[in-house]
Amino acid sequence: MSNIDITGLDKTYATQPPVVALKGVDLQVRSGEFVALLGPSGCGKSTLLNMIAGFEQPSLGKLTVNGAPVLQPGPERGVVFQEAALFPWLTVWDNVIFGPKVQGVSQSVYEPRAKEMLKIMGLSAFESSLPVQLSGGMRQRVGIARVLTMGSQILLMDEPFGALDAQTRLSMQELLLSVWQQLKPTVVFVTHDIDEALFLADTVYVMSSRPGRIQARLEVPFERPRNLELTTSSEFNQMKLEILKQMRH
Amino acid sequence: MAQSRLQKVALALILPLAVVSLWQYAGSQPNMAGIVPTPLAVLLGWQSWIWGHAGLGLNPYLGTWVANVSYSSSRVIEGFICATLIGVPLGLMLGWSRLAAQLVDPMIQGLRPIPITAWLPFSIALFGIRDVGSIFLIFLGGFYAIVVNTTQGARDVEKNLVRAALMMGVNSRQLLWRVVLPSAMPNIFTGLRVGLGISWTAVIVSEMVAVKSGLGYVLWDAYYVGRMDIVLADMVSIGLMGFISDSLIVFLEARVLRWRLLQNH
Repeated sequence: MSNIDITGLDKTYATQPPVVALKGVDLQVRSGEFVALLGPSGCGKSTLLNMIAGFEQPSLGKLTVNGAPVLQPGPERGVVFQEAALFPWLTVWDNVIFGPKVQGVSQSVYEPRAKEMLKIMGLSAFESSLPVQLSGGMRQRVGIARVLTMGSQILLMDEPFGALDAQTRLSMQELLLSVWQQLKPTVVFVTHDIDEALFLADTVYVMSSRPGRIQARLEVPFERPRNLELTTSSEFNQMKLEILKQMRH
Repeated sequence: MAQSRLQKVALALILPLAVVSLWQYAGSQPNMAGIVPTPLAVLLGWQSWIWGHAGLGLNPYLGTWVANVSYSSSRVIEGFICATLIGVPLGLMLGWSRLAAQLVDPMIQGLRPIPITAWLPFSIALFGIRDVGSIFLIFLGGFYAIVVNTTQGARDVEKNLVRAALMMGVNSRQLLWRVVLPSAMPNIFTGLRVGLGISWTAVIVSEMVAVKSGLGYVLWDAYYVGRMDIVLADMVSIGLMGFISDSLIVFLEARVLRWRLLQNH
């Protein structure tokens, strides 16, 4: 059964003149699948993610999650933002338990879970730090810990490592893969980095712009668990070449 | 080059000492008598205003300083608390809800250009020569600054913080109190500081006209009876109270906005 089902989706902004951000998008994501949306800036990949999140509504077409149309944002679809979007006035701990707390989940339920997720993300020592005291990579780990604590079955990640330096980005990718391996959430991961898409995803959707649409769908055959050496193999480069060709079209 | 604390203090004191010396010199000239009392005369007048014993003479400038300071302060506190309790929630609503803004904002923007001093006769007509009239003006003075700044802060809430909160399942009340309010807090404190300054102006002006006690009343009264030493001591007292109350807000701000201070360093 597919977890996220998008058929014939258009998004047009009613500006003067109207801007067609997405045209005829079809996308099916299985439960537990790791999908990457890959494309240049302006191809509408973030817009697509925002619609799955419920921040924006499609102009035309069908968008369902677990069979129900998406009408608004909700905790079952956890979003990891590019700049983490943590509440700067709350400590790491208070940021991570914000979701269950406002939902009225009892403390005895969310507390052990939050502890566990902070531990998985390597943040146990920083519970009482403020976001501003953390590095960009650590802030992003808090952003991931917070959606994991909510128990979101779907993670929507909008270029979460885009603002990080190359080395931190690689270690975050490895960390994300190991977390995904443990918890098997469905992931939709937006990126413009081909290596990142190939290293992380089961399926890569290559998007192109004006209007934004899906140009190609590629299954990534590499075995799991993957490690960073994979990114230097000839099979990996072969696929990279294929995607580059697609993107030049 | 790192300056020592002593150097900074010394530099800051040069100008005030020069002014005070000049003042002492000018005040001692015979033709200035009765117009500008010397700093020394002011200190002596102030001393008896604070610690003097009124006895049977009913001299209003003997030992009445504390009472007058507390009259003025309690009016400022009452008016300012009202302004905060109404201004902050209203500002949040105005910044957050377009309907509320369309309904209320034009009225506030329309009334705001009327200086609080212009409200004095109306306030006296409405409340009489009583405390309420003074508190009303203080409230009004603080209110505008607080509501306008809070509205701005609530409007400028980062979009992704709101989205993050919605994603985590907040309802609209939680969104307002847990996200919009804290993120508007820096602007709210700006409003509180500006508003408190205006509140002190309002209390002095209103006490000059609308009530018969407090630092503003003494200021005008002392002028009428030619006690310029008390006038000057009163001015310094007002400045001192304004400084102390501003420091209290800054102290509070430093605790509430620790995250913000860390961000800026």
